[in-house]
Amino acid sequence: MLWLAIFFLVPMGFLGYQSLQSGIFPHFRFTWEFSNFTTALSDYHTQLIRSFLYAGIATVACLLLAYPLAYWIAFRAGPWRNLFLLFIVAPFFVTYLVRTLAWLNILANEGPVVRILRDVHILAPDGRLLATTFAVISGITYNFFPFMALPVYVSLEQIDARVLEAAKDLYASPTQAFIRVTLPLSAPGIVAGTLLTFIPAAGDFINAYFLGTPNQQMIGNVIQAKFLESLDYPTAASLSFILMGTILVLLLVYARVVGTEKLTG
Amino acid sequence: MTTAAERLETRPRPGIASRAWRFAGRHALTAYALLVVGYLMLPIAVVIMFSFNHPTGRFNYVWNKFTFDNWFHWNSVLGIQSAVVTSLEIAILATLVATALGTLIAMAIVRHHFVGRSTTNLLVFLPMSTPEIVMGASLLTLFLTVLPLGVAGYQLQLGFWTIFIAHVMFIISFVVVTVKARLIGFDRHLEEAAMDLGANEFTTFRKVTLPLIAPAMLAAALLGIALSIDDFVITYLNAGSTQTFPIFVWGIARVAVPPQVNVVASAIFLVAIALGLGNVFWQYRTARRTRGTA
Repeated sequence: MLWLAIFFLVPMGFLGYQSLQSGIFPHFRFTWEFSNFTTALSDYHTQLIRSFLYAGIATVACLLLAYPLAYWIAFRAGPWRNLFLLFIVAPFFVTYLVRTLAWLNILANEGPVVRILRDVHILAPDGRLLATTFAVISGITYNFFPFMALPVYVSLEQIDARVLEAAKDLYASPTQAFIRVTLPLSAPGIVAGTLLTFIPAAGDFINAYFLGTPNQQMIGNVIQAKFLESLDYPTAASLSFILMGTILVLLLVYARVVGTEKLTG
Repeated sequence: MTTAAERLETRPRPGIASRAWRFAGRHALTAYALLVVGYLMLPIAVVIMFSFNHPTGRFNYVWNKFTFDNWFHWNSVLGIQSAVVTSLEIAILATLVATALGTLIAMAIVRHHFVGRSTTNLLVFLPMSTPEIVMGASLLTLFLTVLPLGVAGYQLQLGFWTIFIAHVMFIISFVVVTVKARLIGFDRHLEEAAMDLGANEFTTFRKVTLPLIAPAMLAAALLGIALSIDDFVITYLNAGSTQTFPIFVWGIARVAVPPQVNVVASAIFLVAIALGLGNVFWQYRTARRTRGTA
């Protein structure tokens, strides 16, 4: 069994080594070309910042949508719990691309959503939802929702009902009980959910591709295009590394803020 | 005890206003929860609905009229059938390999204290905490470096097997995490008892350990299949000219998505949801049965 772990370690280590090396090999030679990183950064920092901004907003939106739902399932859904959990993961069962394309149908200019919004004058008569920042962010929110909802649910579900009763006995109002007891106890789930949503969202390029315009391009779009369209491997690899590195830094900051124990479970 | 009783008595009865507030609060939460569920279901409903649409032109954006044609002729679009078959082949093969390897890694991590144990632990987490694009990109650079060298004289290309390797990589992590959770809550005395009763290590594993961790393995395998069929980013970077279903969708979305794509997506969804409902029902029944005997 031990050799299996090693068998796994080697390709993983190799992978890390490779991507590190490739980041600095223009024309497929290893020349310590660190300028790749600086040019990549100065050329594409807009997309990088935009990626983290979109991912951040989507993560917060996911939390706002997911927390009440998870709370409701954990405490109010009774015997229907598992059924509603199935509802949460149901979007995963529809191919990622297809469910993103479904938002094209829903938000289309001829679609009912745009028509109603125009009728109530939230949207200008010639306004649109597709190809806007809003569409991209809501697409990301939808696609990564289960990553937020499930960990939050798990942490809420583990709360001992007796603790809440105790809070009540100690004269806590429902609001106080929620803020002082439920919320802190569900914090590990929120932390896990935030990471699981934010990390893949920052690297996503499908939502920006289908629901946005070049003005909503994220770093994932750039990496993807560099690899497969302009065959500029060094830049693409250094961008991957910048993305990875930035996420690690954010992760460390986050860990410092919320405490390491919560991060590792 | 007396203090608790006193407290209960002296506690003020909630007034009508606060009770009404709580009633509203409770139902507002329910309404909000159901709205969110509706939001989650909306695109799925759209996907299924438009699989029955008979589009007027090339674009399947506007509802025209109901038809079963797309379901009967789901493979009438060039390339869709082979893409679906490739997806299924890769999903099943990669999941089998990943489940086997992942289970062994989980056992190694939980049971044995070896050098690099915590590193392995960390490495298992890495693929899950890495954006897919980065993982796909690093695999691609690896393949681009290694493949031209060839293996045993064969020239290799990006395609089926590179996708397979990539999928095994990311499914393994999920298998390890799922099976590990099960193994941690595992009563080692059961294995010791089996050994005391004369079973050798292999028999113990087969008759005691395996049945106990089987549900976790099955759950991980199902998750693996779902992840593999669904994966686009990593597959796309490492596919070469091989087409899986998501890659097929990506390619055709640049032109116009035919309703047949919705048919395949709906079919995958319905199979998965049937399995899920079966599982919910099964858990419900076992829960009732154990409650009945307890």
